[in-house]
Amino acid sequence: MKVAVLRFPGTNCEFDTQYAFEKLGHTTELVWHEKEALPSDIDLVVVPGGFSYGDYLRSGSIARFSPVMKAVKAYAEDGGKVLGICNGFQILTEAHMLPGALKRNNNLHFISKHQTLRVENSDNAFLNQCKPGEVLNIPIAHADGNYYIDDEGLADLEKNGQVLLRYCDAEGNRVVVNGSVTSIAGICNKEKNVFGLMPHPERALESILGSEDGIKMLKGFDA
Amino acid sequence: MTAIVNVFLKEGVLDPQGKAAHHALDSLGFEGVKDVRIGKQIVLQLEADDKAKAEAEVKEMCETLLANTVIEDYTIEIK
Repeated sequence: MKVAVLRFPGTNCEFDTQYAFEKLGHTTELVWHEKEALPSDIDLVVVPGGFSYGDYLRSGSIARFSPVMKAVKAYAEDGGKVLGICNGFQILTEAHMLPGALKRNNNLHFISKHQTLRVENSDNAFLNQCKPGEVLNIPIAHADGNYYIDDEGLADLEKNGQVLLRYCDAEGNRVVVNGSVTSIAGICNKEKNVFGLMPHPERALESILGSEDGIKMLKGFDA
Repeated sequence: MTAIVNVFLKEGVLDPQGKAAHHALDSLGFEGVKDVRIGKQIVLQLEADDKAKAEAEVKEMCETLLANTVIEDYTIEIK
């Protein structure tokens, strides 16, 4: 599998993302945001974490207009798979490739810690190696991860199995981490080819560093 | 011509910064504050001299970039 990893001014998780997919046996290519086309032979686009354009105005609001995002949108409309992690999730919501928006955390803090997550739906190209109800341990690191969607939008997400992950305790009971609507940590689009999550699976690859649950998540794309 | 854009979280969308400021005002003994909303003000200097045209253009700027209408409302004042 070949993975395109986007890079904007202020992106800082691109090398971790490359490391993760290369550890799983894939090849990766960094794609600078000014490029108007994606490499032709890719199987996945990852919009990695960081602080694109310094989070000015709103997180992800300026990056979404980078030339490469036009190509990413066309790639997704063609059925290509796109994964946004943290700032990547914010960029994809700003680009209206995913529903809802990410607001400032309700306690106004930058939250950086390991967090347990409950898998809600695994019938998709991302979490197919996980089981619904399974609890994963993945780091989070964000100030704007407070997912908002209106009631109607939430009902649609639930109905279509678009909720991927929720923040939970070790037993799988929902917990409030950042104020997200119903503790949502990750979602996908209706077509299930665009995925976004605030937690960082690429930082959970070695048990010596706290968890290797990220492997299980990222492996799904190649299943 | 100057355009003043005010962007606020929509009514019904919890404003964590406003809530924190409200709490701080309560702690400082300021009574009678019913609600606090924190937004941002964007001031644009425009070359335009047609007010209606300028307003239409700024509205488009708000819809495209300056506000995220999923969670935010905005007002425009042209001077």
